Amino acid sequence: MAKVTVDGIEVEVPNGVSVLQACEAAGKEIPRFCYHERLSVAGNCRMCLVEVEKAPKPIASCAYPVADGMKVFTDSEMVRKARRGVMEFLLINHPLDCPICDQGGECDLQDQAMAYGMDHSRYREAKRAVKDKYMGPLIKTIMTRCIQCTRCVRFAAEVAGVPELGATNRGENMEITTYVEKALTSELSGNLIDICPVGALTSRPYAFVSRPWELRKTDSIDVLDATGTNIRVDTRSGEVLRILPRTNDAVNEEWMADRGRFSFDGLKRRRLDRPWVRKDGRLQPASWAEAFGAIAARLKGLPGDRIGAVVGDLVDAEAIVALKDLMTALGSRNLECRTDGAAIDTSRPDFYRFNTTIAGIEEADALLIIGSNPRQEAPVLNARIRKRATAGNFPIGFVGPRGLDLTYAHDWLGEGGATLRALADGSHRFCEVLRAAKRPMLILGRGALARPDGAAVLAAAWQVAAQNGLLKPDWHGFNLLHLFGGQVGALELGFVPPAGGERLMTGLDALWLLGTDGFDAARIPDGTFVIYQGHHGETAAARADVILPGAAYTEKDATWVNTEGRVQRGRLAVYPPGEAREDWKILRAASEFLGKRLPYDDLEGVRARLAEVNPIFANPGHLERRGCTDTSGPAGGFAALSDAPFVLPITNYWQADVISRASETMAECARTYLAPQARIAAE
Amino acid sequence: MSADPSTANEIPQPTHFAFDAESEAAIEKIVKRYPPGKQASAVIPVLYVVQRQMQRQTGIAWVPRVAMDVVAARLNMAPIRVYEVATFYFMFNLKPIGKFHLQVCGTTPCWLRGSDEVFRACKDAAGVHGYGETSADGLFTLSEVECLGACVNAPVLAVDDDYYEDLDYESTVRLIEALKRGERPKPGSVIGRQASAPVGGPLVLTDVPGE
Repeated sequence: MAKVTVDGIEVEVPNGVSVLQACEAAGKEIPRFCYHERLSVAGNCRMCLVEVEKAPKPIASCAYPVADGMKVFTDSEMVRKARRGVMEFLLINHPLDCPICDQGGECDLQDQAMAYGMDHSRYREAKRAVKDKYMGPLIKTIMTRCIQCTRCVRFAAEVAGVPELGATNRGENMEITTYVEKALTSELSGNLIDICPVGALTSRPYAFVSRPWELRKTDSIDVLDATGTNIRVDTRSGEVLRILPRTNDAVNEEWMADRGRFSFDGLKRRRLDRPWVRKDGRLQPASWAEAFGAIAARLKGLPGDRIGAVVGDLVDAEAIVALKDLMTALGSRNLECRTDGAAIDTSRPDFYRFNTTIAGIEEADALLIIGSNPRQEAPVLNARIRKRATAGNFPIGFVGPRGLDLTYAHDWLGEGGATLRALADGSHRFCEVLRAAKRPMLILGRGALARPDGAAVLAAAWQVAAQNGLLKPDWHGFNLLHLFGGQVGALELGFVPPAGGERLMTGLDALWLLGTDGFDAARIPDGTFVIYQGHHGETAAARADVILPGAAYTEKDATWVNTEGRVQRGRLAVYPPGEAREDWKILRAASEFLGKRLPYDDLEGVRARLAEVNPIFANPGHLERRGCTDTSGPAGGFAALSDAPFVLPITNYWQADVISRASETMAECARTYLAPQARIAAE
Repeated sequence: MSADPSTANEIPQPTHFAFDAESEAAIEKIVKRYPPGKQASAVIPVLYVVQRQMQRQTGIAWVPRVAMDVVAARLNMAPIRVYEVATFYFMFNLKPIGKFHLQVCGTTPCWLRGSDEVFRACKDAAGVHGYGETSADGLFTLSEVECLGACVNAPVLAVDDDYYEDLDYESTVRLIEALKRGERPKPGSVIGRQASAPVGGPLVLTDVPGE
């Protein structure tokens, strides 16, 4: 530890930290542009200059290590003068276009110019201008505004793992560019907008849309992947205008995936905004009373075992528990939430959770990935794996398609079942690596379970964990990586048929579909009475006899469970469109018509019921990390394991869920990134 | 394509580049100088290898973009890291130049000793309008460079990798005329002094004992 005095305040900081960090420990704010705590230190903006006793000139505090007994002054005349000089230089080539700049109001340069800028310019020479660069459909560039802090270059190379940005030329001619014209191939590219301290990199969909002070900010959770990224939904007059990440070191640090950030325009398109009832073979607009009446008429007298319910991937826990209670009241146990057919064993929560936890990845020292492409399935989680991989001494084995770019080097072990069997019976060379590690972990993709021998895949993966020291009383190295934000919540609430129950939704007279969109409607036999409740109508809605318009994730106070089993709450940012309502309220109202009134009338009531069904819901935001004491695996062995290669569940990252499929921005991304040759041929 | 003239996209670029045997041998030697895993350090000398190979094969010393990608793959680094280096150093020509690259040293010693005259001679004899330009016959590209490290023999003109020293207007014109005729005069001092020895022969140690 080193004792440092900052403006007379004595603080003790670990050896090797920078002067800037010591100043922050003393509560002194240091202005900065290039320094970012999650990136490497560049030290090129010079804004963080401070005075150190006995040093002949100001020093860049971000790049200067502390020494014991150091005396730092952050607000002396020398410091103010030096920073004013730096600011004047930064502003020499920076355009005075704040009134038309999208960063205006939340710009580091604008803010710090208020403190250190001059009220006039002494610069009479020509300003430089830089041509704008193309970086894809999400990022708009105005490169004349760039102050060359190189945060974006470092983010792309270090966090995103796509070293495609660089600074070419030098001096007056230096430019941030991709050099070859191309869209950045990262699923985390939206974060460049956040880390850019000026208006050089801004959001293309948000261009000229709004000013930050006009926005209402609502904390929520991203559900478009299973990471559970903490987000802030910015709205104005009932419309979502943008989504930004919030910092949560246990989950997403301060990053966010592009699909979650940019697909919100899908919330305004192709929405179900009123109930519909099928009359004379055609869906016709109806009132809520008519819709509930039609359901009550059809369900009346049906025995419970002729009724089924399926929930989709983006459904909140409140709605799921309400539907489960309604089905129980109707006498039905035909529940299903695994619409992708994944053979998930719900008999123990650690069979389907990401037990190591996302932050726990950083403690692991070996990793085996089976049938998953985390880069596309959970980009922010993948950034955590990359962070661990760059720290070194982290062998990564991969079973799945060959030649994937995961943004870190990995040892490709094989394509599918055959390799997994070798791993499970201990004959594979990678077992040695796992056994040699102190805290090995494996990530099993949910997609690997969505095949006929899925149960055997799960059993084999567990066997790998149990045999190679992944399961210890103080360490749980078995992880299932889910794909969407509603999937784990349904599992935690036990929305599955009783053990040994039929999993297919056939042989039923009535079927309640709650947000089931990835569902192949052709699987429903003719003559089944289908109730579709959800926010976007896709094939399942077209097949429905009654449509109940529900709320999307930004439109309700809702509880979500991420792939770790972490319970988090999102808040209502905008009201659902038209006559659409929050889903648990729809179910509560329907229960009245069906004569099976649910016993809760308000959100507190539903949440009390959630906690009753599963105590984890009593503790939102909190996650208890557990080791593994019971190494006995899921029922059934892996004898049935076939040699078939693993097929990744997400082939089109930008349009993987119902909201992003309705989004214009995501459609543009898909056109840009998928099969460009085919696109050029078509044009 | 990009409207940005600073990127290489505007210039007609070859679609293919592969190291020839001579370059391969040179690269092997260069990469060996660095510890294993640090082969990216070899990027600058390897870019020179590319430029020399282009001169051998096409008569024009330059680094096409596809060659930078080949270098990146060979040294196991991201292509953008090679672009950064290649654009930073002006010694790498990212667009085709003339057959001869006339590099006039304009740093103080050469300037004091008459580099302006050398520059004027280059313009007149080679038919180039100014720095950064190529003559109409495609023979000469003229550049101003910083100190070439031969100040004792100032002013200096580097033609590709060869230094011509102790120049004035007339001798520069003669040099360029010779190049035009396809001759390659012997590099070094044009007034015939040995290396950087005093002009007009030795001044000290002239009487060697015992002789």
